[in-house]
Amino acid sequence: MTAPGTFVARYGIWIFGAVLLLIMPHVFTSSFALNLMSQMGVLIIFSLAYNMLLGQGGMLSFGHAIYFGLAGYFTIHYLNFVYDDIAPYIPVSLFPLLGGCVGLFFGTLVGYVSTRRAGTTFAMISLGFGEMVTALTLILVAIFNGEDGIQTDRVVGPEPLGISYGPNIEVYYLIAVWVLVAAAAMYALTKTPFGRMSNAVRDNPERTEFIGYNSQRIRWLAFALSSFFAGLAGSLHAINFEHVGFEQVSALTSGLVLFMAYIGGVGHFAGPVIGAVLITFLNGTLTTYTEAWQLYLGVLFVAVIMFFPGGLAGLIIMHQPIWRIDTRLLAPLTVPYLLFIGALLVSLIGFIGLVELLIYKTSRLGAAHDLTIFGITMDPSGVVPWISFAIVMAVGVYAIRKAFPVAAGAWNTAIDQARARAAQ
Amino acid sequence: MESFIFALFNGVLYGMLLFMLASGLTLIFSMMGVLNFAHASFFMLGAYFAYSISTYVGFWPALIVAPLIVGVVGALVERYGLRPVHSYGHVAELLFTFGIAYVIEEIVKMIWGQVPVPYDIPESLNFTLFAWAGLDYSAYRVFMLLVSVGIFVALFALLTKTRIGLIIRAAVSDPTHVATLGHDVPTIFMWTFGFGCALAGVAGVLGGNVLGTEPAMALQLGPIVFVVIVVGGLGSLGGALIAALLIGIIQTMAIFYDFGINAALLAVGIEIDAAGMFRDFARITTAQASPVIPYLLLVLMLIFRPRGMFGTRDV
Amino acid sequence: MNAALQLKDVHKSFGKTEIIRGVDLEIREGERHAVIGPNGAGKSTLYNLISGRFPVSSGAIRLRDQDITNRSAFEINRAGLCRSFQVTNLFHRMSVLDNVRCGALFSLGHKYAFWKFVSRQKDVAERADDILERIGLSGKRDWPAGMLSYADQRALELGVTIAGGGDVILLDEPTAGMSHSEIAQAVALIRRISTGKTLMIVEHDMGVVFDLADRISVLVYGEVIATGTPEEIRNSAQVKEAYLGTEAT
Repeated sequence: MTAPGTFVARYGIWIFGAVLLLIMPHVFTSSFALNLMSQMGVLIIFSLAYNMLLGQGGMLSFGHAIYFGLAGYFTIHYLNFVYDDIAPYIPVSLFPLLGGCVGLFFGTLVGYVSTRRAGTTFAMISLGFGEMVTALTLILVAIFNGEDGIQTDRVVGPEPLGISYGPNIEVYYLIAVWVLVAAAAMYALTKTPFGRMSNAVRDNPERTEFIGYNSQRIRWLAFALSSFFAGLAGSLHAINFEHVGFEQVSALTSGLVLFMAYIGGVGHFAGPVIGAVLITFLNGTLTTYTEAWQLYLGVLFVAVIMFFPGGLAGLIIMHQPIWRIDTRLLAPLTVPYLLFIGALLVSLIGFIGLVELLIYKTSRLGAAHDLTIFGITMDPSGVVPWISFAIVMAVGVYAIRKAFPVAAGAWNTAIDQARARAAQ
Repeated sequence: MESFIFALFNGVLYGMLLFMLASGLTLIFSMMGVLNFAHASFFMLGAYFAYSISTYVGFWPALIVAPLIVGVVGALVERYGLRPVHSYGHVAELLFTFGIAYVIEEIVKMIWGQVPVPYDIPESLNFTLFAWAGLDYSAYRVFMLLVSVGIFVALFALLTKTRIGLIIRAAVSDPTHVATLGHDVPTIFMWTFGFGCALAGVAGVLGGNVLGTEPAMALQLGPIVFVVIVVGGLGSLGGALIAALLIGIIQTMAIFYDFGINAALLAVGIEIDAAGMFRDFARITTAQASPVIPYLLLVLMLIFRPRGMFGTRDV
Repeated sequence: MNAALQLKDVHKSFGKTEIIRGVDLEIREGERHAVIGPNGAGKSTLYNLISGRFPVSSGAIRLRDQDITNRSAFEINRAGLCRSFQVTNLFHRMSVLDNVRCGALFSLGHKYAFWKFVSRQKDVAERADDILERIGLSGKRDWPAGMLSYADQRALELGVTIAGGGDVILLDEPTAGMSHSEIAQAVALIRRISTGKTLMIVEHDMGVVFDLADRISVLVYGEVIATGTPEEIRNSAQVKEAYLGTEAT
């Protein structure tokens, strides 16, 4: 029997997640918010699947959108077939399983070739396959319909339990249920012999061979299972948008899922969830304010690689030993951290200002109008805004260089104290 | 026959362009172990710099200055970006260069816009050098071929005849070896990276006006260059040359002699009346399939000869 | 006596250099057999050939009645041969317990299973507990392997090696880099884990070798120049000249 304490520790986060998924549409009721949350759900599954490769198995793929996209194409075609009475009816709720099988099929096939190698070669092969499939979607017009992609109507057949999937809210709950199921399944996988050995191959592929395992076989299995979940997500994506195009198999989507997983943090199971939610949110909201969102995303990604390779989840987890011992040890961190964040914000304001000015200058819209950045209206043709933002950025960068050692020192002190207490 | 020579000429030209990219990538990879995802982005920067410079001072100064600037940018990226990431391992380095490729593309879009820029062939070379059997051989293309062959010869001489070439070759065969000889390895790495990028820059200056200078050019060419170095055998310059020429010629021929599967089957007396969803499989022509050809080659190579054609180490 | 492991005229060349030049060696069932020799004699290469890390250039290797020449490492391991590494070769980001569990998983038949939890497998838990107990790391089972002290990592290296239950054990310099007190403990540990099994050990520390080994083979420049009991080896003029004479302590 499990004690109530361990029950909460083990399942608390899952129950919390379920409740959160349940009430979110009642907190944010606009259709924009609902669409955004549906998209987040799809991408949470996709980036968790991606992290089965990158974080769990140590395989960097530049072409994982193949399985996401192909499952999407399959889903749309199948829905249309049902419409035309060519294919037997399957409840829409179960389509993600079908999509998963499509992903599994292609993942098994491609994985057989590509998982023979690991490291950078694997990455190059994955890129090659990604490019090949993208090119094929543009060549085989009858199946993929070129750049336009294909569409469908997800309201088809009988309506079990009165769910027609006409309203978006019903699709949201479909996605929510699959997010929970898929995330739980992927989490469970990390605890199996396969999951452990996947980590082992990531850490030290050679040694796994000397404890009886074929490391290629493990990579292949990880690749295939990851493709299953990528396909599952792709199917949900297709149902959500009722459309799929070559973008969904292309390097664009492959890159996006890499960004989400890595920025969120590949070293922890929840990292990709954080990344998917954050990036989808920023993607959905910032694109209306700035043309340079893609640039900011790229810069953020590079900054994560250079300065905190553990990602956002890594930043949180590095404080775990401290709060495990005593949450009060976190208190002295507050001021140094706030100073650092302040310095970061100042430099960001300068950087963003400069980028926006540059865009305004080079966009062919004509520089006759005034420009508004951060609510301040300015004349972009003058030198004053440029100099001001440059100074702000310089001050910010200087402040970061001063504040970072202080913040890092505070963390070191706290962790030392925590260790000292733990040793007692 | 005449048209075959014409296609061969263009194929070799494209192949030499690929080789200019692949040679820099191979040098960087062999010495530093870094697979530079952003390599084709430096190629793109070369084309854009050349475009901007040539609007002020013309093509010829741009041919010299643009690659130099690209080389310096490359060296700076190595010094302040890649070097700190080095300790996290090769996959992190690859990720970093992937991020840089992404950022460069966005910066290019920001400065020069989303649409292609009018980077044209220089006036002084914009004429038909000679016509043969009704096909025109442009002076600029002949010039491109000469320059790329010249660079290949110079590179070969640099690696085999000079002291710096000796150091580079020692580093290629065993990177730990060079440090023991007392050379400043980080600085060598920085300039190798810069030099490789500058080579890509030259390719950009030469190829940008023929292939088209637009923000997507890096992503179009980059994966093919990766195919070249894998097929040729990682770390082998000779292999890269052969593979680049092979891919260049095959792709050009596929477009030039555009024949379809249907036509081929008809020739041996089989007629397919394909309909339905999979009809396009029977209708694929080699011109349509040409973007896929390098990747097919890659897959076949990995199945049958994972070392590549001339690889000394396993991929 | 039956041979547990048998090498017949094994050669290995890297390019033009021949590192192993015709080795014949027989490890008897249940014995503790040490291989000694000066640096560069090819001891590590020999291990890599036996365990399937490199293919041999020519010759044959048999594990009991199976031909294991040029088989892949995992097949040789499954056939019952396990080896340790001179440079610690662990799964650094995983816990001590998980390192040992990984070593045990395949041999207990769990293979590539993705439908059952590792923590619910009684046989894995028992095997892991037993091994952690024997290598003295029960108290540090939740530590990441990368954070252990050097001596503890060496002990874990042994633990991972024997977790699969292989009964022909190849140890590659298990005491390298250890202090005197640590070496004494390590020898006791090796004695414990190899009881009832066949042990082949490469070792530089002559104290350890003469303490532990039933028989000794001397490898010089890719050839076995002598094999015998510790007494015979100690008294062999040939060995003294080739090896002990220059490096005896």
